[in-house]
Amino acid sequence: MAQGTNAPLKARLAAAALVAPLLLFLLGVFVLPIGAFLFRAVQEGEVAPVLPRTLAALSAWDGTAPPGEPAFAALVEDLREARARDQQAGGGGIARAAARLNADLPGFRSLLPMTARRVAQPFEGEARAAVLAISEEWGGIAPWGAIRRAGGPVSDFNLLAVLDLKRDATGSLATAPPDEAIFRAILWRTLWMGLLATLICLGVGYPLAWLIATAPPRAVPWLMAGVLLPFWTSLIVRTAAWMVLLQREGVVNAALGALQLTSGPLPLLFNRGAVLLAMVHILLPFMVLPIYASLKSLDWRLPRAAVSLGAAPALAFWRVTLPLSLPGVGAGCLLVFIQALGFYVTPALLGGANDQMLPYFVAFYASRTVNWGMAAALSCLILAAVAVILAVYGRLVGFSRMRAA
Amino acid sequence: MLRRGFGAMLALGVGLLGTGLSGGAAQAQGRDLTIVSWGGAYQDAQREVFFRPWQQQGNARLLEETWDGGVGVLRAKIQSGANNWDLVQVESEELLLGCEEGLFEKMDYAAIGGREHYIPEAVSECGVGNILYSFVLAYDRARMADGPRSWADFFDTAKFPGKRGLRRGPKVTLEIALLADGVAPGEVYKLLGTSAGVDRAFRKLDTLKQDIIWWERGSQPPQLLASGEVAMTNAYNGRISAANQNDGRNFGIAWSGNVFTLDSWVIMKGSPNKAAALDFLKFVGQPNVQAGLPPRIPYGVTAKGANANLAPAVLANLPTAPENAEGALQLNDQFWLDNLDKLNQRFNNWVSR
Amino acid sequence: MSAGPATPRIPARIAGREAPAAPVPPAAPPPAPPPTPARMRAPLKPGRILLWAFGVLAILFLLAPVLAVLPLSFSAGSFLHYPLPGLSLRWYADFWSSDFWLPALWNSLRVGAAAALLAGVLGTLAAFGLWRWRFPGQAVVMAVLLAPMVVPAIIVAVALLLAFGPLGLTSSFTGLILGHAALGAPFVVVTVLAALQQFDATQLRAAAACGASPVRAFWRVCLPQIAPGVAAGAVFAFATSLDEVAVALFIAGPAQRTLPRQMFSGLNDSISLTIMAAAMVLVLISGLMLLAVTLLRRPR
Repeated sequence: MAQGTNAPLKARLAAAALVAPLLLFLLGVFVLPIGAFLFRAVQEGEVAPVLPRTLAALSAWDGTAPPGEPAFAALVEDLREARARDQQAGGGGIARAAARLNADLPGFRSLLPMTARRVAQPFEGEARAAVLAISEEWGGIAPWGAIRRAGGPVSDFNLLAVLDLKRDATGSLATAPPDEAIFRAILWRTLWMGLLATLICLGVGYPLAWLIATAPPRAVPWLMAGVLLPFWTSLIVRTAAWMVLLQREGVVNAALGALQLTSGPLPLLFNRGAVLLAMVHILLPFMVLPIYASLKSLDWRLPRAAVSLGAAPALAFWRVTLPLSLPGVGAGCLLVFIQALGFYVTPALLGGANDQMLPYFVAFYASRTVNWGMAAALSCLILAAVAVILAVYGRLVGFSRMRAA
Repeated sequence: MLRRGFGAMLALGVGLLGTGLSGGAAQAQGRDLTIVSWGGAYQDAQREVFFRPWQQQGNARLLEETWDGGVGVLRAKIQSGANNWDLVQVESEELLLGCEEGLFEKMDYAAIGGREHYIPEAVSECGVGNILYSFVLAYDRARMADGPRSWADFFDTAKFPGKRGLRRGPKVTLEIALLADGVAPGEVYKLLGTSAGVDRAFRKLDTLKQDIIWWERGSQPPQLLASGEVAMTNAYNGRISAANQNDGRNFGIAWSGNVFTLDSWVIMKGSPNKAAALDFLKFVGQPNVQAGLPPRIPYGVTAKGANANLAPAVLANLPTAPENAEGALQLNDQFWLDNLDKLNQRFNNWVSR
Repeated sequence: MSAGPATPRIPARIAGREAPAAPVPPAAPPPAPPPTPARMRAPLKPGRILLWAFGVLAILFLLAPVLAVLPLSFSAGSFLHYPLPGLSLRWYADFWSSDFWLPALWNSLRVGAAAALLAGVLGTLAAFGLWRWRFPGQAVVMAVLLAPMVVPAIIVAVALLLAFGPLGLTSSFTGLILGHAALGAPFVVVTVLAALQQFDATQLRAAAACGASPVRAFWRVCLPQIAPGVAAGAVFAFATSLDEVAVALFIAGPAQRTLPRQMFSGLNDSISLTIMAAAMVLVLISGLMLLAVTLLRRPR
């Protein structure tokens, strides 16, 4: 820093004026949009506008037995009004409410619109009997519990769902049924792939960084170019390259066949191995460069002193050089792991259906099933993982020791 | 002085940036008609037969986009408030669902030639049918002289080793699983209407799960076949014939148990280009224009009289040819209207496990 | 351990500053004193040979995949493997004449240049402010400025789709440029801060003593010296935009298709050798950017 904390007020204002444009810009196009998006993880805005009377009728319900006639009457009234509104203005309110409820209770997607279609016709007698005649399901506790949980303004439904948890009608927690419980497995898969990629990058990257840091000066530009060229090459180009290499009739299989090493083409694409290979390829420079920077700047007199005082070179490395290069190792691992958690394009192109990681499901919920709540909750999960890693790094290494790698 | 200096610098930056942005802002307001279809050989054919000729009639620029289906994509477009599509080719259950949910404009038949201008199956409230096609079992004759004949063979990896291609999603996949399990075409939807039937379909799929490569875009199956990535695949019939015709492939089709259905054009709700979209639909609804499509890619078309001048060789490749239609299963859009979301959810959980 | 003659230091121009992807706290201590000349020759010959073999293999792993597939773009046939049936430029002709590829390249360059300019101006001002004076809450501000580097692009993409939709900024160049500038700005901040570390602040005080206003001092004294860093930062921002798929996928319309997005949908659709021609174009641009940054960082 050019000046200390006791800079005059005028200087502080000047600094603020300089930083403000970028800060405001990022608040506008980065912080606020992401904040608003993440808030959707807990926001409940779909059901309340469609079923306001039903929710009011359920407010005192205890969730242990099906509700009484007032709730049914309210439901009929709500659905009639919502359907008329939908047909006039085309807002799709019932469809949205049904989609939200369906996420909680499979089958609601059909149940709600069907009930709305039927109760639009006038009927005689009790609403309860008429609704039960449309579907027996309304006689249970489950649909009413789902409606009340989604009544919002906020709920923990999505945040629980991404941990494979849900609440029942009385509000107590339970694990999701096995054919809905997939997210823990996907979270572990994401973390595991990230960890593997980080470890492999470290295992390959450290010796390479060491080599570059200690190579004769003539060789260094060439070695460095070998790291920087791929680093600058587009991620999409490198992913495309792996696709072409690993195709059934791609470069690798053709070469193996020509050398008669394999009896037939191997299925190399659309599996986890292909994803990991490409991830390591893409992320390796992020490991090499920080380690190289810290090896470059470390005081080489220290390991030499250790050796001249009688330590074996291996011991000198283990006790002196390695600890001194740890900031670079930490920075490299941090960069690689955090980026691995966010990988979307590469697994989407190289992986099979069960090799996808959390970011894929963010995209899936956002673009294919319009479940912004789940997309946001999964994003929270990723960001939480990133935050934990940053915190661990801050605790173990400290940000003040990290320099421009 | 200080502030004025910064102001000047900012103004410079903003000014420079403005030159980059101005073109974009102008374009954002008057967006061109954007037509969304299914890519690959099919969209190539459409471009030649429909898109370019329409533009050559002195019409405005037309933008093409490609998608691979899913009513959720359409819902996302409308609900995000960021819809940039005008005219979309949708599948039959998307047509019904989207119409009910108010995702589409009502179809103005008076502007596109009238209802009686089209075959009855093609006429519906929010859309107008544009092609008839089948999901078929395809394989590469160059690799497999004695190919599969039925979906049962498709699941028989002992007799026919190799990977299998299926479209990612429950629709058609579950039907195929039941057909392969020996269910007669007439019974398929009755069974799928019960949870035991759905369980049975998933159990059948479990036996093949490790060998399935899921495709999403119609252009993928011919590619997967050509590269040998899969030994056989579910595919759109037209793409397979087009690969034989244009790329010199020798793919075979087993028509037994093919699942046939119809795609439609819809206009997205609130489209600023509705008039242009209707004009385009009117143009492509003419029988003589439609007749250009089947020779390039063998899908059936929907204007009455369009088939009149087609060569017998072309007609024989269409899903509507009697020998192809025998033993076929018509996709039940009503079933999928009621069950698509539920089964999608189950399928997605199953497949990503 | 024989002490050999002092070996010259590794040229600084290729020192590992090329990846400014790590947060640089403003409070970072000044760079460590230059290390004593590192010993370049270790005594253990077999170990050294092993290290070289391993290192060369690793670099081969880094380079080979891209280098191995690019020549396919000159194939006269359409197969994705060797040997090539013959050489031709047909895939480049396809790239040139198609309705999609060339406009996509043009869009990419436009969006990248505008985003780099925006990020460059805002980032340079911010970096200078952060470096010149300390103010309360600086750590928080720094965290916000660098956050785009650690938030996965897919989250940014969905968030921007929902935020920009109602504002009419989706399917527009403006929206795409704003999004890409946000992703690129931290790289400018980091790179310019690194450049400022080499700049002696007393020069600004000297300029002030000679009667120059702070703005004039920045403009005439500081900026010329850190200009290479600013330019390098802008190149990083450009590269970020040119490499970006997720945001382009979610908020761009068909009229704003960028080259990486076009490649992504091409790879999803059908892998043709035109994609390899597009890859070749991107690799050439990447090479130019690497060259630019290397030259910009050459000490004068």
